[in-house]
Amino acid sequence: MIADNLPALQVVVPLLAAPLALMLRRGIYSWLLAMLTCVVTLAMSIALLSEVMSGGTITYRMGGWAPPWGIQYYVDTVNAFVLLIVAAIGTVVMAAAPTSVASEVRADKQSLFYTAYLLCLAGLLGIVITGDAFNIFVFLEISSLSTYILVSLGNDRRALTAAFQYLIMGTIGATFILIGVGLLYMSTGTLNIQDLAMRLGPLSESRTVQAAFAFTTVGISLKLALFPLHLWLPNSYAYAPSIASAFLAATATKVAVYVMLRFFFTIFGIEFSYEVMPLGTVLLVLALLAIFAGSLVAIFQDNIKRLFAYSSVAQIGYMILGISFASQTGLTAAILHLFNHAVMKGSLFLALGALFYRTGGVNLANFRGLGKTMPWTMMAIVIGGLSLIGVPLTVGFVSKWYLVLAALEQGMWPVAFLVLAGSLLAVIYVWKLVEAAYFQSPDDEAAAVREAPLALLIPTWVLVIANIYFGIDTSLTVGVAETAAMGLLSSGGAP
Amino acid sequence: MPIEMLMPVIVVLPVIAALLIKLTGNNPNLRDTITIVTSVILFLLLIPLTNEVMAGGQPSLVLAEPLPGMTLKFTLEPLGMLFALVAGFLWIITSIYAIGYMRGHHEDNQTRFFMFFAVAIAVTQGVAFSGNLLTLFVFYEMLTLSTFPLVTHAGTEAARMAGRVYLGILLGTSVAFLLLALIVTWYLAGTLEFTAGGILAGTASPLVLGVLLMLFFFGVGKAALMPFHRWLPAAMVAPTPVSALLHAVAVVKAGVFSLLKISLYIFGPDLVRELPITTILTYIVAASILLASLVAMTKDNLKARLAYSTVSQLGYITLGALLGVTGILGGGMHIVMHAFGKITLFFGAGAILVAAHKTEVSQLDGLGRKMPITFAAFTLGTLSIIGLPPLGGMWSKWYLAQATLETGELLLLGTLLLSSLLNVAYLLPIPLRAFFGKPKDDDDSTGGLKEAPLFCLIGISITALVCVTLFFSPQFWYQLASMAVR
Amino acid sequence: MSSTLGLYNYWIVIFLMMVGFYVVIAHGNLIKKVVGLNIFQTSVFILYITMGKVDGGAAPILDDAVTVYSNPLPHVLILTAIVVGVATTALALALIVRIREEYGTVEEEEIHEQDESL
Repeated sequence: MIADNLPALQVVVPLLAAPLALMLRRGIYSWLLAMLTCVVTLAMSIALLSEVMSGGTITYRMGGWAPPWGIQYYVDTVNAFVLLIVAAIGTVVMAAAPTSVASEVRADKQSLFYTAYLLCLAGLLGIVITGDAFNIFVFLEISSLSTYILVSLGNDRRALTAAFQYLIMGTIGATFILIGVGLLYMSTGTLNIQDLAMRLGPLSESRTVQAAFAFTTVGISLKLALFPLHLWLPNSYAYAPSIASAFLAATATKVAVYVMLRFFFTIFGIEFSYEVMPLGTVLLVLALLAIFAGSLVAIFQDNIKRLFAYSSVAQIGYMILGISFASQTGLTAAILHLFNHAVMKGSLFLALGALFYRTGGVNLANFRGLGKTMPWTMMAIVIGGLSLIGVPLTVGFVSKWYLVLAALEQGMWPVAFLVLAGSLLAVIYVWKLVEAAYFQSPDDEAAAVREAPLALLIPTWVLVIANIYFGIDTSLTVGVAETAAMGLLSSGGAP
Repeated sequence: MPIEMLMPVIVVLPVIAALLIKLTGNNPNLRDTITIVTSVILFLLLIPLTNEVMAGGQPSLVLAEPLPGMTLKFTLEPLGMLFALVAGFLWIITSIYAIGYMRGHHEDNQTRFFMFFAVAIAVTQGVAFSGNLLTLFVFYEMLTLSTFPLVTHAGTEAARMAGRVYLGILLGTSVAFLLLALIVTWYLAGTLEFTAGGILAGTASPLVLGVLLMLFFFGVGKAALMPFHRWLPAAMVAPTPVSALLHAVAVVKAGVFSLLKISLYIFGPDLVRELPITTILTYIVAASILLASLVAMTKDNLKARLAYSTVSQLGYITLGALLGVTGILGGGMHIVMHAFGKITLFFGAGAILVAAHKTEVSQLDGLGRKMPITFAAFTLGTLSIIGLPPLGGMWSKWYLAQATLETGELLLLGTLLLSSLLNVAYLLPIPLRAFFGKPKDDDDSTGGLKEAPLFCLIGISITALVCVTLFFSPQFWYQLASMAVR
Repeated sequence: MSSTLGLYNYWIVIFLMMVGFYVVIAHGNLIKKVVGLNIFQTSVFILYITMGKVDGGAAPILDDAVTVYSNPLPHVLILTAIVVGVATTALALALIVRIREEYGTVEEEEIHEQDESL
């Protein structure tokens, strides 16, 4: 019975757990419930992925209503993979939560934090698993609203303005997507993704469909923080509580990339997206701008969470670059980077959370002498940094490899070179941290700082080890990414 | 145990030693014993592998498969064996020397130093054993990262700036050029395995292959090909044992070794000779050789002079890589000869620093009378670098010269000869002034010997004697190098 | 000609959308921004609802006498969207209340000044 309803339960379990978490007044009880929920969610996503890898796509009818009138959940390799990423990151980050949240969020708001976290998780999972276009909008808003709450719970008052700015921009983005979906519905009369794909085929000349494409692209790009629509990201990641930053940096934008893949490859189809509309060129240019602008601005940041936020903008550029090629290798690179970046940034932000816990700040000044006072935390940051640069034996290298290969396949040597040049910019800002940590001595009060507590170190190092493990044994990640890419490239037709 | 398993053991052994060194940090004698014992064991473990390779075997072991179709693989062939042996042997000597130096100079953070020293040797052996470009790249990058703490050991502002130059150039060239070249090679040839005769013949137009060759040669920043050579003089801020081993043996040799392997097993000597861009590249290398020699002449700081000398000497090996089979043979032999010669010179520089606290060439007048053993050894090293009999350096220059004749590159022959003359000009005055010059100021001691610490003397004497031995019995190294090119 | 006038609902949608958008961007007062956002969202609601109307169609309540119905689905969709809009507005206003507590103002420029001076 459970197995049959697995797709529905994947979303329903965290959704129901959220109000329960709210009812438990003490933060620690809420955390226990949230942790349990996350583990169960993770188990379900693993089960779904293995089912899809062995048995092919899963379709599920919500409430038993047949599509295209009923809402259908549709799980193929792409979204099973993304489900796994979201659930896994959610669990690992949650494991680190009690210590960090206890110090950063007011005691009376902690259960609220976990409620919002679970809602966000449910929303993200819903976006990924649903097969209905309007449903995507609904879950998108669920996850976005809970994200605004998560961001606003930071203890710096700028968290409030950051959350507000994010709210305005995010709502505009979501509304654009709503307009796009509306225009699509107007042209085809259906909201089911598979059905839309079929019916949109002969409609490529229609101005309505083209307008829908444009609105959807802008809306998704806003959620994705694709340059130049990334302005909400640095402040939100910087001022949110560390656990929220870790969770969001590693999942929210990945899910937006997934939505982009779904819309461009499944719904609109490759021919329309890349041949009728100049998507390839537009994405290529914006991606390269994102990579360079993001990395360059990162170099000058003093707040290190902000630094890594801008770094994320650059990394998103890499993912979009892969998508702009629309080739097997390009999509493999993009999907692979979904996983790899989640692992990288998750570990980095958790380590920063540990730093904040011990020192109360995440500016460059807090890094002085960190190599001596908090060696394990710093080592985690170094390895994460090496992964951002793309040093071999880390996951970052594998993504870069496929991306450069994809560029070469398209004959774009300059782009290949630019991708590697972007890595060099990453060297600069990572090395800023290394120098401060290992070459400068801490001032008196910093010298008294001890290593982070195990409760924070262990989840961080789980992700760091994943960083290295999946950089050496890539059979799982690359295998799934390749299958997913193949599926996307051949889809867009009848189910 | 199957013989190929020795290779990962050899790589892992110094890493375990590094951990033990960290744990015994409070007991210097125990810690330093671990260093020496490990270096000896490592060298002994290389012997059965040498026998296997001399008998024609090529022990091979796949470690992992990080990317589909691409493995991390060790394959030991004669050139790699040559490099592994040189690095392994010199680790023993340098460990002895370093212990004497670090104690004599009362250096801080010795535990950290010997830890990263051991890790650096481990990854150097990894470079020597690499069976394909990916493995080479992985260990090459690890070498850069593991030597960074050694270069910046002093922790001063100058050390930090030097570290930035070091890392900036080495990581920059390896990521922007070498990695790109690697991926392009994969794209063109479908494989990265080191194969006799090369894998790139016929895969693309000469223009594309030419650009690829340039990317490789400039991408291997450790070969210090101008204009990417600045990291070498910058790294002289490190303690002398670091300069000695890493910059006379491990790091720079890893660079030119990589170039030799790429030339021999990725492009193949014939393809290299056919490409039109090779001629241009050889002239760039020749310019690098001469310019570095000229700059060396202007440097008063002893270590800086030796650093530019190294840049110049590395050019010889890079040139060899471009001159076909004999050139690669000569280049391989020069790895050996230059390693022993240069390390002697650096040991000498370090000994002078510890015993007499002098760093500039102009301060060395008459010092030879106070430090006869040091300067005698220094003289032998000088002669070997210049390439005069009865020192081993003569043989490698011989084969390199022969290679220029075979390929009809008379200009390059001229470059080699001119450079040797310049070597005389910037190196020979040092021991001459030391023995025959009059001391500028009558400072501390009133005559009488004030030699370097014992361990330093042992180190420098051994390497100097080897330079002489190499003249009389170079056959072993010749055999290894020629097996590689056959 | 008739199609342009006949499509008057879309003109209204566009007008409201632009007004809302303009208010969000041009006004510094946070509450006005929220109002603008609401206008923006309302325009989208109108887009959906008006597209549901079928010419000559009756209200979508089952009746044997009627053959052509207007489309009920957009109404359903918009109910959901309205709820989302209400939630967003509520959250935005709650944030504004907190911002007022922390900063003492709800004007964007003044808030910016206070942050810059940190």
